[in-house]
Amino acid sequence: MQFCHAVFLAHFVYLNVLLCAFTVPENRVTLPLQIKNLIIDTQERTPMNPNAFLQISHVSKTFPGVKALQDISLEINRGEIHALIGENGAGKSTLIKILSGVYQPDPGAEISIDGKRCSQITPLLALKKGIVVIYQDFSLFPNESVAENIAITTDIEKGTKFLSWKKIRSTAKAALDRLGVELDLDAPLGTLSVAKQQLVAIARALTFDAKLLIMDEPTSALSKSEVELLFRIMRTLRESGISILFISHKLDEVMAISDRFSILRDGKYLGTFGGDELDNDILISLMVGRKIEYTIYQKHNRANAGKVLELKDFNKAGNFKNISFHLNKGEILGITGLVGAGRTEILKAIYGINHQDTGQLFLDGRKITITSAEDAVRHGIAYMPENRLSEGLVLRKTMADNITVTVVDRLKTKSKLIDRTKQKELVDKWIHELNIKPPYPDMSASKLSGGNQQRVVLAKWLAVNPKVLLVDEPTNGIDIGAKAEIHKLLRDLAESGISIILVSSELSEILAIADRILVMRRGKIAGEFDGATATQEEIMNKAILGVKQPVTA
Amino acid sequence: MKSNTDKKTLARLQSKEAVLLFIFIGVFVLMSVLSPTTFLTWRNLQSMAFQLPELGIFAIAMMVVIVSGGMNLSITYTAALSSIIGGLVLSKMTAAGIGPGPTILAGIATFFVVGLACGALNGVIVADIGIAPMLATLGTSTLFEGICLNITKGGAISGFPDAFLWFGNATILGVPFPMIVFVVVVAAAYFLMERSPFGFKIYMIGCNPTVTSYSGVNVKKNLHRVYLFSALLCAIAGILMSSRYNSAKESYGSSYMMQSISAAVLGGTDISGGYGRIFGTVLAVMIIQVISSGLNILGVNRFIINVIMGGILILVLTINFISSGRKANAK
Repeated sequence: MQFCHAVFLAHFVYLNVLLCAFTVPENRVTLPLQIKNLIIDTQERTPMNPNAFLQISHVSKTFPGVKALQDISLEINRGEIHALIGENGAGKSTLIKILSGVYQPDPGAEISIDGKRCSQITPLLALKKGIVVIYQDFSLFPNESVAENIAITTDIEKGTKFLSWKKIRSTAKAALDRLGVELDLDAPLGTLSVAKQQLVAIARALTFDAKLLIMDEPTSALSKSEVELLFRIMRTLRESGISILFISHKLDEVMAISDRFSILRDGKYLGTFGGDELDNDILISLMVGRKIEYTIYQKHNRANAGKVLELKDFNKAGNFKNISFHLNKGEILGITGLVGAGRTEILKAIYGINHQDTGQLFLDGRKITITSAEDAVRHGIAYMPENRLSEGLVLRKTMADNITVTVVDRLKTKSKLIDRTKQKELVDKWIHELNIKPPYPDMSASKLSGGNQQRVVLAKWLAVNPKVLLVDEPTNGIDIGAKAEIHKLLRDLAESGISIILVSSELSEILAIADRILVMRRGKIAGEFDGATATQEEIMNKAILGVKQPVTA
Repeated sequence: MKSNTDKKTLARLQSKEAVLLFIFIGVFVLMSVLSPTTFLTWRNLQSMAFQLPELGIFAIAMMVVIVSGGMNLSITYTAALSSIIGGLVLSKMTAAGIGPGPTILAGIATFFVVGLACGALNGVIVADIGIAPMLATLGTSTLFEGICLNITKGGAISGFPDAFLWFGNATILGVPFPMIVFVVVVAAAYFLMERSPFGFKIYMIGCNPTVTSYSGVNVKKNLHRVYLFSALLCAIAGILMSSRYNSAKESYGSSYMMQSISAAVLGGTDISGGYGRIFGTVLAVMIIQVISSGLNILGVNRFIINVIMGGILILVLTINFISSGRKANAK
């Protein structure tokens, strides 16, 4: 019974939990021994593996402030289905973009396609070598017919000056035949189901003479039977010698279809596993055998400190249902759950940028209405968004400007102008207090490291002296040392009386710093735990199954 | 401490505005050398000081909107519409025998009311409805032009009280009154845009409206205000123009439309929003004025002047683009 349950879990558990199993101090990866043996060591492979279609090593990619990829190695054989897994922000998309020539890697990368070293991959070269990416949105033309979508680009590529409809149809038909599917060639693409549009995208890739098909989350919008059809087609393609790089969050699918899989985490390569070697026992050991990475802070029961914020029966169609909870003064309330469980939506509803259909909000016992971020800030509610680069920081502006933006109205002189002395004092104070490095107020925010960018976002909110701080995935995509420092900052803020709601996918993070934990599942609150005593397994159970049943290994 | 100040001075010298200042001094000296007897005369300087304020005010009206991440293609027709309705008030009240005092007061009030109404309409379309500013103001520009033509039937409105002509033609201690208005406008725009919380927010919105809005700033309200401010400046330019021409017509000033974008961009305003200094725009307007007056005095054909101005604009933009591209690569 327990075993069955574990299998069930293994199939649905989201990737983060698996990834937590690895402790990753900097670049070195320590794994449990039995797992180590499963890794096909990329360092020692023969450089000219005749079976490899694509070999990359030492691939790194640095964006201003973020190391998106660090020293990635990967080998994809001819005719294999290779899964690439990793949580959001692990670097999967960046890697795909490098393989398809959209991004150039940092100097030092070595890439061979078909046994030949390539000094540089351009989008055109990638296509010529047969590397075709099918993105989540397919990049097709919804108003054009199926046949045109499949065949028109290749026809134009071949330099045909006049389009021959007959030829377009026959090319399209041939590609669909290879997949073993039949579709109405004249139907406008937009009238087809998502699954069929995907088939069109695959057929289109075949017309480019694809050797490596990269599929980004191909199953995310498919029903179970559609997934099976897709898998059947993927196997057909494999038999014809085409390699498939399959990106997915869903471990059960990865297990079902992949010959091998490679794991990325925080932009680092953790290893390549042989799919058939990885059985459920090992998955369980990956899940429960994790080591704690973070300092576990002393938790407090703040029930007596009084409710600062209370939500009563928040509902929003398609977002969340019957959400009621409260936040005590000076506590960190952790909210976790799977991606898409409605956590961010709730935070945004409180902050006034995702209006709930129904529901009442109370601040210090008084009913308040918040319809904009401006309202929220006026009530002392601050929000650190999930994506600091697009929602948290004005990257082109200086650190000083970014810290000032929330409080500029409070820095007025008598003549209603900005008091520059006050502004400088404020900025210097927060740079010093949050230890932002380098401490140059005039430095553009884009040039800071991820951890320091996050501190600037924190600084701009602490400057308003908030009562309630809503924090969404604060340590997403920043390195482990900086994560620990953000944890300490949040803990210190809670001790100083600020009440914090922390949304995080990372269970170990929630367990490290949250006093109380809410678990959301499919838009509802599935359970509540005491941060001092909760375990990963209990929380996982709630997040995945919504049932109260402990799992032991 | 001292090295810090040195660094700041250096940074200031390397800024776009410093480059513009050198260019201005350069072209001014060049024109003076080429034509010392005509260009460098009190009369010519005064005539330039009469011409410059209209383009200058339009350029600032354009620049503040560009800084907010927008665009205002309706500036000249905002000025034209307020001139025509304001001019109508002036001429009808004069014709009705009402004294110049109340007539001018009512007339100028009308200029401002009509201008602000135009700005409010732009604000609503851009901020509330959310149409891209370039399209929104292209629409209102055509709308305002249409209203103007319906009122004037293609002719000009005239018959203003004589005292009204003072605004565009008088000098105070030898300084043209429009120039004084321009200086006041520049000072006001500087304090509003570069020193006040409102301006700070406009620059932040111009860079990233989402982040700014998530920071608790009311983006809509501030966008409304920036379009109102732009329209207010257009109304002022309208007053100066109709006073100088002693009439109001929809086509007056329409050549300033593209010139004001050129001046703003030449002055270092980032066309995608978020950066631009009032001082830079002013310098750009001065450069344009000196070059066009200078070439005119040198007897260069007017059409050739256009070619030269276009060439200079492209050259400066290319230099800016390359140097900023190098900076980005050097990171």
